Amino acid sequence: MESTASECESFYHEKGKYKGILSWLMSTDHKRIGIQYLVALLTFFSVGVMLGLLIRLSLIAPGTFIGQETYNRVFSVHGIIMIFLFIIPGVPVAFGNFFLPIMIGARDVAFPRLNRFTWWTYLAGATLVALSLFAAGGAPDTGWTFYAPYSIRAKANITLAVTGVFVLGFSSILTGINFVTTIHRLRAPGMTWFKLPLFVWTLYATGWVQLLATPVLAITLVFIILGRVFGVGFFDPSKGGDPILYEHLFWTYSHPAVYIMVLPAMGIISEVIPVFARKKIFGYKAVALSAIGIASVGYFVWGHHMFTSGMSDTARIIFSFITFLVAVPSGIKIFNWVSTLYKGSIVGSAPIYFALTFIFLFSIGGLTGLIIGSLEPNLQLHGTYFIVAHFHYVMFGGAGFAILTALHYWFPKMFGRMYPERPAKIGWFILFIGFNVLYFSMFILGYEGMPRRYFDYPARYFPLHLVSTIGSWILAAGLAIIAGNLLRALFKGPKAPADPWGGRTLEWTIPSPPPAENFVETPVIRD
Amino acid sequence: MVQAEKQRDRIGAKYGMWLFLFTEILFFGGMFLLYSVYRSKYPVEFHASAAEENLLLGSINTAVLLTSSLFIAVAISAVKKGNYRLSVILQGATILMGIVFLGIKAVEWFEKIARGIYPNSPVLDKMSMGEILFFGLYYVMTGIHGLHVLIGVCVIAFMVYFTLTGNITRENFSKIENTGLYWHFVDIVWIYLFPLFYLIT
Repeated sequence: MESTASECESFYHEKGKYKGILSWLMSTDHKRIGIQYLVALLTFFSVGVMLGLLIRLSLIAPGTFIGQETYNRVFSVHGIIMIFLFIIPGVPVAFGNFFLPIMIGARDVAFPRLNRFTWWTYLAGATLVALSLFAAGGAPDTGWTFYAPYSIRAKANITLAVTGVFVLGFSSILTGINFVTTIHRLRAPGMTWFKLPLFVWTLYATGWVQLLATPVLAITLVFIILGRVFGVGFFDPSKGGDPILYEHLFWTYSHPAVYIMVLPAMGIISEVIPVFARKKIFGYKAVALSAIGIASVGYFVWGHHMFTSGMSDTARIIFSFITFLVAVPSGIKIFNWVSTLYKGSIVGSAPIYFALTFIFLFSIGGLTGLIIGSLEPNLQLHGTYFIVAHFHYVMFGGAGFAILTALHYWFPKMFGRMYPERPAKIGWFILFIGFNVLYFSMFILGYEGMPRRYFDYPARYFPLHLVSTIGSWILAAGLAIIAGNLLRALFKGPKAPADPWGGRTLEWTIPSPPPAENFVETPVIRD
Repeated sequence: MVQAEKQRDRIGAKYGMWLFLFTEILFFGGMFLLYSVYRSKYPVEFHASAAEENLLLGSINTAVLLTSSLFIAVAISAVKKGNYRLSVILQGATILMGIVFLGIKAVEWFEKIARGIYPNSPVLDKMSMGEILFFGLYYVMTGIHGLHVLIGVCVIAFMVYFTLTGNITRENFSKIENTGLYWHFVDIVWIYLFPLFYLIT
């Protein structure tokens, strides 16, 4: 395999019809599309981080710092960028695109031109969102949730932003269709369902969630646009509409969207843990099927975002109960990862540091999720920083750290270069400390009653807010070291071998970076 | 659906189309959900407003769209049998029916707009909340459905071009087959819209 493979050129050198930037934009190669998505995602992530730092800075002490209106816009834009431009597309479009076809032994996804189209729609959606920040009306100030009826009446550029998110949703749906079809149709001979790498399983579950949830968001956003442009009042109480219905429709999408973000992140962890523990994953089938379990149960828990919005007690009890049920398949995953590590000979390379941190932070996020999934604590904590802390532990501690894991795990394969381990670990350590200082203090703040979304606060919350803001600086320093290390390795790192970690999945059988058509001969999977 | 030139996968293309139709069902599902909630809240007003609809034009439109679905189905069979000329004629007839449907729809809309019934109009805003919601839903649901008909007409126009240029053949007919699926879906949505807005008097 090695000798024949080294003869073919990497996909970076593949000469297509187009030259320069067009050879990327017009490419239907899943790897080129994946790399472009990755660059875009990390760019938006950096912008989101800056805005986050600005929010923390303005909360460093009581009193107004950036002004109330600006504060509303900054935290809304932070949310919109992080959620819709970074973490929802996140893992599937960047790492899924690059590795899904390779991991199942295919040359590309099922619909390569559709894949390119999703990249263009993503760009179009991102452009619309960016326009909404700078156009005359002012950046959105509704929060990333666009709650009606305020989003229908607000003067800011909600229409532009919402249209942008609608277009991004379209991109997400088409990616889901593409991946589900790819996994059904393009598996290599012998690649049966229960031989699929676990990352592929989670992409499959995610694909279905993208398909079945995103259209609901799309139509809900259309209602907002129609409300603003034509005065259709489906969520306007003065016209008989019901704003609570907006919340129902919005969370019918946005809760499953949490699983769009977290499921493929779990898939990455399920790939990394066994490789560095030098063991097979413990309970493969349970881990695979728990992804499907999370995806299907996760569809019926949206009501727990609305316990304080006005719902019947029966509905609240049922939603609370189903919320607890989601913890079961999530717990299965955590226990299986830990069991895989048990008696393994663990190799302490950078990716496993990030993967273990994922397990730790995601467990805290998940367990605090149970606290606010119960009705009584929820009523106390729903409007507080407790939610902000929980949310960031799941999103950043979960999905965010998984993306960092994937970056360090697949970096040699994607770019054909190795990075130095030491700076990666130093960056990881600083990030880990900063993360907990930043967000754990928010749990305590919330428990003491600090309301979320406020631009100012009474003096008694000052010490913890100060700690949290200092944490944000430590976190930023950690991110900067990690980014600097990888960027430097991109140009100066030594050449990566085909399989630097001893991975067993198909992407490690081909050269780094992979050739244009991935495989010289279609691989046949035997036991 | 788009697919690689080298490895044509007819079943894969069909998978993709069916998955897309699932998403469409959920997209329209959001509208049907609003309709159900508001109709259960304002049953009397909804029934009264439905009487304002033009049942004759609605019925004609139902017949037009159903017939067009028959045409596209036969057009696909014609392609499979290699009778491209007949297929082109039938596809043309489908397009014509689609345009007739949109025309009749436009007549209905403008007739209402002329009476001042449209979202945010002074006339409508004076009516009861149930009526405001009914006509709001009427415009939004038939409007988005009409948009789907319009997109379908454009796609079938491309299919006519592909059939004429030999891009669609008896061996390679996924494109028109999937277009047919889409057109039937649009038809089925109307089958639900028709009773909900015209027959609930």
